[in-house]
Amino acid sequence: MADTALQASHAPTHAPDHGTTGHATTTGLSNNKLAMWMFLGSECLLFGGLISTYMLYRGRHEGGPGPAQVFDIPLTSVSSFVLLMSSLTMVLAVNAAKVRDDRNTKLWLTVTALLGSLFVGGQVYEFTAFYKEGLGFTTSLFSSSFFTLTGFHGAHVGIGVMMLLALVAIISRDRVTGDKAEVVEMVGLYWHFVDVVWVVIFTLVYLIPA
Amino acid sequence: MSDTAMSDTAMSDTAMNDTAEHAEAHDHPTNRYFIWTAAVLALFTALETSTYWIDFGSFATPLLLILMTIKFFVILLVFMHLKYDSKLFGALFYIGLGLAIGVYVAALSTFQFFAG
Repeated sequence: MADTALQASHAPTHAPDHGTTGHATTTGLSNNKLAMWMFLGSECLLFGGLISTYMLYRGRHEGGPGPAQVFDIPLTSVSSFVLLMSSLTMVLAVNAAKVRDDRNTKLWLTVTALLGSLFVGGQVYEFTAFYKEGLGFTTSLFSSSFFTLTGFHGAHVGIGVMMLLALVAIISRDRVTGDKAEVVEMVGLYWHFVDVVWVVIFTLVYLIPA
Repeated sequence: MSDTAMSDTAMSDTAMNDTAEHAEAHDHPTNRYFIWTAAVLALFTALETSTYWIDFGSFATPLLLILMTIKFFVILLVFMHLKYDSKLFGALFYIGLGLAIGVYVAALSTFQFFAG
């Protein structure tokens, strides 16, 4: 009885760390999560470079159409909404994974992948329309920097879609190594970052008048 | 064990469970909370898009930048869980973000981008 009281008084009162895979780390935090946040910090530098290059060259559209001539704001707004909703479905997938609900985890991951694919489809349609209107990759400094920036972002979304679908397959086969909730959370962090970058791109590239 | 010690143990167990549950509630926002957050973000997106049709004059650019910043940090803090996680994760990200902003503002300044 005294031992029980002693154990109870020494029991931890903080919420369990959901990032651990069972073995101890120096920081007490998940190394996977630390690495992912570090990676996302480095991605800020990548997209910062691409965005600032675009900001520098957005007025340089000699010999070709400019932003006002080609941008379809209503279409891009719908794409933005789609990507935003995919962030919601992703976070619902992470929540489902945390309570070990595999069915809903796979469902929300699949919906997120579908929304991401819809976004990429919108980008492909947009690029095709721009090309038909005379805006190619090498048309002007504006076009080069625009296609490079949005192309890199689109590639990130595409890779994210592949990661989501791969995760659905791995969960279906029960082949997830380590903590399943943490794996879903890592993919979720990547996906939300891709969305957050688009929040910046949508405003700086499309909405703020050149 | 005396009755007093047993009831004290039960009370401390209850208190610890309450603390853990309280911390748990803060650590894991509910689906409803996320849905409400997404709805607010969608509203902000609609407001941003409205600048295409409604002339906000000289307020358009500051409004867009403010909305962009709010959306950025709401996604970062809520959806990416940074508000509820260890500060070390945030530090790693903010170092990258701060470095990016600093380096590229400096780079753009060399091209007199902010000189208009």
